[in-house]
Amino acid sequence: MRTDITKINETTPHDQLTEGLMVFAGGTSKLFNTGEWRTNTPVIHEEKCKHCFLCTPVCPDGCIPVEGGKRLPIDMDHCKGCGICAAVCPFDAIEMKEGNI
Amino acid sequence: MKNGIEIRWHGRGGQGAKTAALLLADVAFKTGQNVQGFPEYGPERMGAPITAFNRISTDKIRVHSNIYHPDYVVVVDETLLESVDVTAGLKEEGAIIVNTPKAKEEILPHLKGYQGRVFTVDARKISMNTLGKNFPNSPMLAATVAVSKVMPRESFIKEMRASYEHKFAKKPEVIDGNMKALELAFDVVEKDAQG
Amino acid sequence: MAIKDRMSGNEAVAYAIRQVNPDVMPAFPITPSTEIPQMVSTYIANGEMDTEFIPVESEHSSMSATIGAEAAGARSLTATSSAGLALMWEELLLASSNRLPLVLTLVNRTLSGPININCDHSDGMGARDTGWIQIYAENNQEAYDNFIQAYPIAEDKRVHLPVMICQDGFITSHAVENIELLEDEKVKEFVGEYEPEEFLLNPGNPIAVGPYSISNYAMEAKKNQEIAMENSKEVIIEVAEKYRELSGRGFSLFEEYRTEDADYIMLIMGSAAGTAKQAVDDLREQGKKVGVLKLRVFRPFPAKEIAEALKNCKAVAIMDRCESYNGNGGPLGGEVTSALFRFKVMIEAVNYIYGLAGRDFTVSDVCGIFEELEDMIVNGTEIEQFQYIRLR
Repeated sequence: MRTDITKINETTPHDQLTEGLMVFAGGTSKLFNTGEWRTNTPVIHEEKCKHCFLCTPVCPDGCIPVEGGKRLPIDMDHCKGCGICAAVCPFDAIEMKEGNI
Repeated sequence: MKNGIEIRWHGRGGQGAKTAALLLADVAFKTGQNVQGFPEYGPERMGAPITAFNRISTDKIRVHSNIYHPDYVVVVDETLLESVDVTAGLKEEGAIIVNTPKAKEEILPHLKGYQGRVFTVDARKISMNTLGKNFPNSPMLAATVAVSKVMPRESFIKEMRASYEHKFAKKPEVIDGNMKALELAFDVVEKDAQG
Repeated sequence: MAIKDRMSGNEAVAYAIRQVNPDVMPAFPITPSTEIPQMVSTYIANGEMDTEFIPVESEHSSMSATIGAEAAGARSLTATSSAGLALMWEELLLASSNRLPLVLTLVNRTLSGPININCDHSDGMGARDTGWIQIYAENNQEAYDNFIQAYPIAEDKRVHLPVMICQDGFITSHAVENIELLEDEKVKEFVGEYEPEEFLLNPGNPIAVGPYSISNYAMEAKKNQEIAMENSKEVIIEVAEKYRELSGRGFSLFEEYRTEDADYIMLIMGSAAGTAKQAVDDLREQGKKVGVLKLRVFRPFPAKEIAEALKNCKAVAIMDRCESYNGNGGPLGGEVTSALFRFKVMIEAVNYIYGLAGRDFTVSDVCGIFEELEDMIVNGTEIEQFQYIRLR
């Protein structure tokens, strides 16, 4: 039986949890709005961005999408504000600002 | 186990006493008996004294301990007579079989006053004459069967031939030598028992 | 028609493995279980089975690889003894908590030290709280029979737990005895194909195995694992009954030998149970009312059933082939007495430690123990409640 992760939370009784807490479903992290954990926020200076895509592969949460040769806006529902993208950007196009913006 | 016999083998690591015990279990099984064949394990060192055991019975065998009151004791290496108490617990109505070129009378003083039957078999000589090498365990196995009468000579010979034909499928030239070694050892014991 | 043969315990288990033909066997050799992977790899080399054999560099790796293969969807197993099981410690708990129905054939050997290669149950007992089902064998026949029942128990949906099939090192593993084997087709039909509902190598149906669990979930997961262990009892009984129909052999949780009217019962596990049965037969001829309770399934622990089986006797000798170093007895001593107390069976219960590191245990030792129990009950003699047998 596939797991409906939306029906499991910290109040679920033991007999309604999965065997061995295995998750019989894929991509379930999308359902968690981890963006709310953010204490610092990356802000992109579009004029400096060369769309080199160095930021995309280093994002631990896969929040920087690329489509049609263009970097798209950061997925703020899942960005935790770690700042790795800002650190690797060779053009200072990403600036970390304090707070959850 | 009410009926049946218990055998204790004394040998030295590498001489084949354990193999002989397992072979005896094998042939006794083939003649329809319940069997046990097991060595007493310690550090496995060539030349160190080792002990192996057989229980053979028409009853189901359930006991899983070593044998302290054997019906028969087989000594594959006579130098053990000096260092190991080979007759310990050996039943007086049983027998001891020793691999030695010496006469029975020369062996007796080493047997701590054992009153039962004593058989000597020159297994080295038999092996050298038939196989050209010293493999004392085949003659000692045959002597053990002859003394204990655990199965008739014909059945033993028949099963051993089948066993050797299987074991030495790629070296058939050694089968006849081995069979001859068995027959010669049997002859020695039977002649001894008669006279 | 049963096939009559003679084999050592290791040969018997290797033969059963060939008949079951699992998918993957990672293994690392250790005395006295080395022959099992050795014989299995020979069967594979001779084309008699097609299990994927993975030689690994340690037991830590063999259990890890077995877990990985099982999670991937392959019926998997490994074999070990003693220090090998100790090195698997961390993985044993992962196998059970990830609810993987894999099998380990354990050939019981003492744990160091002093370093020694011979039999006692300290390795299996050391793993008693790792969430594995543990089934112990009296002889080569039971080692064979128990292995064939292992996957049907482990893979049952009510269970989904790993199973350890235990036999006594050397005493069983290396002794050649008579055995009755089943035909290959019968074994294959009994065990069936492994068809897991969910597994890792299943394209389009991703799963996560062993995810990190915060405190709000972990305790519930452990309770579920405990429930599976409780459930396994009925499954073990069902599988044993089905196996008995097939083979005419076997016992469920334990064997009760001449216990119906027994005043004195010896509770014992493994190869020494056979020795105890012989002693019981000898003593019965002298009119002594004695019997043996041979424990087959140690995990799950059949506490209630044991209490029920012992309630009419006057005294029980609880035999441990393992020391707990708690100053109070061995593991069986502790668990059996707690079962008796919980179910309010207030009989005398003496805990004996025997056979450590290959120390022999004989028919006369058993007779001596029964004599002591009788002396305690009949003459009111006070005896040590926790003592060693054959100690110099």
